Amino acid sequence: MNIIVVGLSHKTAPVEIRERVAFSPTAMDKPLHEMTALPAISEGVIVSTCNRVELYATSRDVDAAVGQLKRFLSTYHGILKRFLSTYHGIPLEQLESHLYEYQGEEAIRHVFRVSASLDSMVIGEPQILGQIKTAYGYATEFKSVGLILNRFLHKAFSVAKRVRTETDIASNAVSVSFAAVELARKIFGTLDNKKVLLIGAGEMCELAARHFLNNGAASVMVTNRTYERAEKLAEEFQGQAIPFEEFPQKLHQVDIVLTSTGAPNFILGHDKVEEVIRQRKNKPMFFIDIAVPRDIDPKVNKIDNIYLYDVDDLQGVVQANLKERHKEAKKAEAIIDQEIGQFFRWLGSLDVVPTIVGLRKKLEGIRQGELQKTFANLKDLDKKERKAIEALTAAIINKVLHQPTTVLKQSQNDASGDRYVDAVRTLFNLETEATEE
Amino acid sequence: MSANILMFKITLLLYATSTVLYLIDVIARRAKAGQLARWILLGGFVLHCATLITRYVEAGYTPVANLHESLSFFAWTIVGIFLIFDARYRMTVLGAFSCPLALTLMVFGSAAPKTIKEMNPALDSWWFPVHVTLAFLGNAVFTVAFVAGVMYLLQERMLKSKKFSALYYRLPSLEILDTINYKCLSFGFPLMTMGIISGAVWANSAWGGYWRWDPKETWALITWFLYAALLHGRLTIGWRGRRAAIFAIIGFLCLLFTFLGVNLLLSDMHSFSAMEGR
Repeated sequence: MNIIVVGLSHKTAPVEIRERVAFSPTAMDKPLHEMTALPAISEGVIVSTCNRVELYATSRDVDAAVGQLKRFLSTYHGILKRFLSTYHGIPLEQLESHLYEYQGEEAIRHVFRVSASLDSMVIGEPQILGQIKTAYGYATEFKSVGLILNRFLHKAFSVAKRVRTETDIASNAVSVSFAAVELARKIFGTLDNKKVLLIGAGEMCELAARHFLNNGAASVMVTNRTYERAEKLAEEFQGQAIPFEEFPQKLHQVDIVLTSTGAPNFILGHDKVEEVIRQRKNKPMFFIDIAVPRDIDPKVNKIDNIYLYDVDDLQGVVQANLKERHKEAKKAEAIIDQEIGQFFRWLGSLDVVPTIVGLRKKLEGIRQGELQKTFANLKDLDKKERKAIEALTAAIINKVLHQPTTVLKQSQNDASGDRYVDAVRTLFNLETEATEE
Repeated sequence: MSANILMFKITLLLYATSTVLYLIDVIARRAKAGQLARWILLGGFVLHCATLITRYVEAGYTPVANLHESLSFFAWTIVGIFLIFDARYRMTVLGAFSCPLALTLMVFGSAAPKTIKEMNPALDSWWFPVHVTLAFLGNAVFTVAFVAGVMYLLQERMLKSKKFSALYYRLPSLEILDTINYKCLSFGFPLMTMGIISGAVWANSAWGGYWRWDPKETWALITWFLYAALLHGRLTIGWRGRRAAIFAIIGFLCLLFTFLGVNLLLSDMHSFSAMEGR
């Protein structure tokens, strides 16, 4: 049995293509049903997110299966909504160049990498794992998965978890507002009891303020040229509004200052900040200037214990963090390599012939062991009697094995085969190199 | 090779292993290496304790009477103090900075002559162990302050210049580094003060005079004033961060000179030859 992946992602297809083959998450029963009804396919999962559409399947006939899956992907929407075919569905010739296909070990690697978020647009982003779990949820709900994909996807989830805990792939912020929170942590250690002053309003500024509050900051003060707006925002953050003219007098009370006003000139200069830091007895301050044109004189950064970051600086931090993630991704690939080997061996063990051979060997081993014990106890048996006992035991094994062997051989060609093989391996504890948890 | 020297060499080897593992953790970011390093360092420290005890038994005096013994003792206090800080703050990076320092002292210590000599009976008093233990503990605490200071400056530089090397992700926050600076100062300063006072008392019993202005005493006093200034600045004017880190670094350099430079460059009654019975 082979695992096959056919699909496209942000790396191979533009959104204009992706949207035409995407599946709606509210109606997954029909496509899953149609997919598993394809003659060469035994099990199937459909993953459809805004960045990728992928079909995971098992089949005994890889070539046929790949062809059928591709056709399914190109025609499914076209057939269903023919009247909308300008938007949905896409001719195979046009789709072909955007598709990738993997089988066997490569398919396993691909799915492990996708779930561990190594194939994501932003490496390490956590959503993709949830999306695959949801896709798998639909597949179990509509019974389109069996033994192999069940175990395969569970394995993928555990690999993703391992990557997350054993590498720092997701530990550094890749958004500007989170980067600001992390910088604050590098300066202050903890954000507990830290006070934030929000000067002006703006989406990014408010988002950052919210992140600061969620990460332990004690309170938010808000100021704005229009006092009503300050009041409104303060209410939202359960903070305190102060008139714009008064904020310089409050500066020494706060640790983190977020500015984004539309002022054409600096609203905070070098001398004022120097005075404030003296008032604070050099307790560090973190200024985040999101305004363009900037609100705070960049010379402020030169003052001891003052850290000033503007939008570009924060972008730079995000870039540096992304680089770190790429470094961590290499560690993740090594983990995946390990896990692939294990899973692939388990998959290989599901073949019928080695199972029958293994079963015979196992029973033959038992027979030989018991024979030796018996012969050791009954020393006065003559050759003929020994022969008779040997023949008797061999006959019992053959009779016992006859029916299971037949069933296994017959099941080879239908979907139930793997289940029988797995059952036999478990019941008789046949050696599988893959040790599963 | 006596059992004691063998133990010393094994300790040195353990410290070296630990140093390598700490560096692997910080540079190649293998957290497991750091965990291993911590245990090996602990093992090395235990063995080091045993080394010092056997040395004490063999020599019959607290083993800080020659360069080899002093370096070994200094390294022992540094590792000990680091382990205490590590138990509190769990900082692999601190290990990656402190461990090489202790290792360097051990390497020099292993190169210095190791023979045990008779001690000058005039100096053999119980003030001797008190004086050197206090002085060395103070030194070790200030060494950690120095290490934290270097880390602070590196981290501060990166935060100010907005250029982050791989080290940025491993260094603790400025706040923690500054706290370590303060903690070290508040423990190290009393230790150093008591070390100087006990030394004076000892000198009085040995030579009949508290203070002789020999170079070691002078330099110790200079260092003491430096740390006193830093402590005062911290407590009253709000010195902290960069300035405190720079002070800790300068203080440590003075300390190192007081400890080694004076002994090696300027001969006097603190020199190791003065310790031997003549």
